[in-house]
Amino acid sequence: MDAEKIFNALNQIKISIDQHKDEIEKLDQEIGDGDHIFNIQRGINESLDLKDELSGQAPNEVLKKIGIKIMTTVGGSSGALFATLIMGMSKKYSSELTNQKNIASMFTEGVNAMKKRGKADLGEKTMLDVLIPVSIELEKLSDQKDVKLVAGNIKEVAEKGMLSTKNLIATKGRASFLGQRSKGHIDPGARSSQLAIEAICNTIINA
Amino acid sequence: MKKFVNNIDDILTESLIGFGDTHSDILEVNLKPDFVVRKSKPVNPKVALISGGGSGHEPLHAGFVGYGMLDAACPGHVFSAPTPDQMEAAASQVHSGKGILFIVKNYSGDIMNFEMGADMLNLENQTIIVNDDVAVEDSTFTTGRRGVAGTMIVEKTIGSLAETGASLDECKTFGDHVNKMTASMGVAFTSCTVPAAGKPTFDIADDQMEFGVGIHGEPGRKREKIKTADEISFELMGAILEDLKPNNNQKVLLHINGFGGTPLMELYLLFNSSKKILDQKNIKVSRSLVGNYTTSLDMAGGSITVTKLDQKIIEHWDSPVYTAALRWKI
Repeated sequence: MDAEKIFNALNQIKISIDQHKDEIEKLDQEIGDGDHIFNIQRGINESLDLKDELSGQAPNEVLKKIGIKIMTTVGGSSGALFATLIMGMSKKYSSELTNQKNIASMFTEGVNAMKKRGKADLGEKTMLDVLIPVSIELEKLSDQKDVKLVAGNIKEVAEKGMLSTKNLIATKGRASFLGQRSKGHIDPGARSSQLAIEAICNTIINA
Repeated sequence: MKKFVNNIDDILTESLIGFGDTHSDILEVNLKPDFVVRKSKPVNPKVALISGGGSGHEPLHAGFVGYGMLDAACPGHVFSAPTPDQMEAAASQVHSGKGILFIVKNYSGDIMNFEMGADMLNLENQTIIVNDDVAVEDSTFTTGRRGVAGTMIVEKTIGSLAETGASLDECKTFGDHVNKMTASMGVAFTSCTVPAAGKPTFDIADDQMEFGVGIHGEPGRKREKIKTADEISFELMGAILEDLKPNNNQKVLLHINGFGGTPLMELYLLFNSSKKILDQKNIKVSRSLVGNYTTSLDMAGGSITVTKLDQKIIEHWDSPVYTAALRWKI
């Protein structure tokens, strides 16, 4: 893990999110208020702007600064939550661990911080329905040497989590105001999170 | 979409600059991070009141910065909560030694960003969460009731109490009390259009209304055929009174709020319909306010807010106020 790899991953995420812009916006208009895609795109673009400034810096510093950038430029629920995730990840970075163990423990820390900030858990029709299963799978596979296999599994788990939000009733966030009417719609935050994870996995699989 | 826009990315900044120049006698606008503060600092130490939220609800909240109301407001992007650094910067600028009181509408994004802002502060602070919207149920299985047009009534009354030099605890207790005495519900005839989206947030047929709509155009209780103003106010008022359970002869403040796309003429008509219902139930409309105060961009429709009044709320509602959007007795 280094600054260049982090920004490459971010760039892959940008390409995927931009490709699915209309879809995410539509999902959000169905059960939210339509600001999610703009917030996500702003966060990605603002973070990518840091590339030159952070080149060569330690991964935890890079993540921390990206987290602060997201916290101060994005706004809304997604700004607070993604900033908390990334800043949480930066705190757990350890150069002593193997790459996979490191990523697993960082991601788990970030997701736990996010759960605390959003006072939410699995099954509430949020991005956590993607991120929690992914963190569990990362921990489970942290000894697996075949990274392509890990990436393939993570991609599947993320997609399953995203699709699971369709039949859930939202109990957190703006969609919760819909109650039963939120059923039958995929959560836009779950979709954007899954797309981001898929983009990173695809880079590993296609490497 | 037909709107006054130069560059979509600049709409908030350009609007804030215009707002600051228009009301340069009352307030100052700071950009990056964006916040609005009173021009003249209080003479005696007072609790500093800070509110904020997504833009698109103007005049809420920046329009209520000034004597007798807020010390600062933090505007976010359209319909998106402001960021924690805005709250931190505003708080650092307006605190005068008696603590900070944040007034936050009950939306997840606002709550989280204000919490993070409070975490960054080394100043004594408390938060009032406004949740006056009775359209959505308050239960442990939801995020809870939304904060809507009643927020302004909370801001006006605590603003007045804070001017008297009351402590942070007193202001917090009183604000929570006013929030509890207040209930709102609204109805939308058309959707709003978020400028960056360029198209309406939701589709709604010409003869339909969204009953119990939120101030971002988010759905409410049900979608149904449009009814007469009397019928609409009867239903909205029914839900409000069921929540407030006022006694016989209870004095109330009746506030009719427009969402931005409905003429004042209709809002006064809605006031008339609503007052008739209260009159019939022996509920005394003792204070009133009609206008576009908590808007939802260009959405047509409006909301009814009722606050049960006691002597203390009346005193702090009537007291002098001087802000861009609300001013009297000064």
